[in-house]
Amino acid sequence: MKELLDLFFTFARIGGLTFGGGYAMLPMLQKEVVEKRDWATNEELMDYYAIGQCTPGIIAVNTATFIGNKTRGVLGGIIATLGVVFPSLVIITIIAAFISNFADLAVVKNAFAGIRVCVFVLILNAVVKLGKSSIKDAVTLCIFLLVLIGSLLLDVSPIIFVLIAAAAGIAAHLLLQKGGDKA
Amino acid sequence: MIYLQLFYEFAKAGLFAIGGGLATLPFLQDISVRTGWYTADQLADMIAVSECTPGPIGVNMSTYTGYTVGGILGAVVATLGLIFPSIVIIIIVAKILKAFQDNKYVKAAFYGLRPASTGLIAAACLSVGQIALFNQGAFDSLKSVFFGIRYPAVILAVILWLLMNLGTFKALKKNKVLAKISKLHPVVFLAASAVIGIIFGFGGV
Repeated sequence: MKELLDLFFTFARIGGLTFGGGYAMLPMLQKEVVEKRDWATNEELMDYYAIGQCTPGIIAVNTATFIGNKTRGVLGGIIATLGVVFPSLVIITIIAAFISNFADLAVVKNAFAGIRVCVFVLILNAVVKLGKSSIKDAVTLCIFLLVLIGSLLLDVSPIIFVLIAAAAGIAAHLLLQKGGDKA
Repeated sequence: MIYLQLFYEFAKAGLFAIGGGLATLPFLQDISVRTGWYTADQLADMIAVSECTPGPIGVNMSTYTGYTVGGILGAVVATLGLIFPSIVIIIIVAKILKAFQDNKYVKAAFYGLRPASTGLIAAACLSVGQIALFNQGAFDSLKSVFFGIRYPAVILAVILWLLMNLGTFKALKKNKVLAKISKLHPVVFLAASAVIGIIFGFGGV
């Protein structure tokens, strides 16, 4: 019970502190889930993001379900997910009920413009941390660069990149003996 | 029964929207056209509010839409509808994954997936950076990169980066203040950035 409450409140905190979608949640997850509690590793976070990209539903919710399920089974998955959406429910309902033209308020616009700069730097730090554990050799460096450049230049669904990268991983294992055992 | 219909519509959005929060958007537009629950203008407001409040954008939009249509209960039902398919599917995927996690081909696939996942996040990071540090409107009207850059935002970004990282450098690790600052919770930096944004009028208003 105590652990379930801990799951709920940890994910509620993560949901309440995330500005702007699933990727912005990554620095919070690294802090709360990887560093403060040993619920998942950076490698597992990357796996969940990759799978979250090509399974239905929004990434933030999928990742919460994954980590909750890993920690405390099916009930944990449900509790973590309810936790991550709880702050949204409260905050949005209050705004929708009481504050019309919230997004047009000068103070909100200015604060959010500042927050966006910080979100950028936080995600940048998160990417560097992930890169340190995912880019290990020439093959993984190539995959990283190709996906980065590809998704900047091409208007293709991330699912395509995820599928090709998985196939490339298996091919590298068969041809170059990489990945399979130590990954 | 409006609540059942809300649950059904948002469960459908949750089932078919794949990827980040804004993947929910086309489904919300579709719901608006078919049901007339809200107008395109209202939807634009909902997106704006969802983007500048905490929480995943898709969840925020569902809550907002649900509230507009059916009050507090509507907000709860729409949000539960959105996350319902995720919970079911992810729990099944996690079970399958666990069964095959020691398979060498699955391991090899993840060896390729992880750098790809990092690449996708890096691309998202750059597009966030573009919006945060670059003023597309000013660039389009003045045709010069120099006018497009939001210099105060760039300065803030550099300072934030230094504060978060200096304490982790080997040569500076002994400096206790820097080390402490770099270990601060991200929310401290977010709050400070919000205050700086307000004081210096980062939003241009």
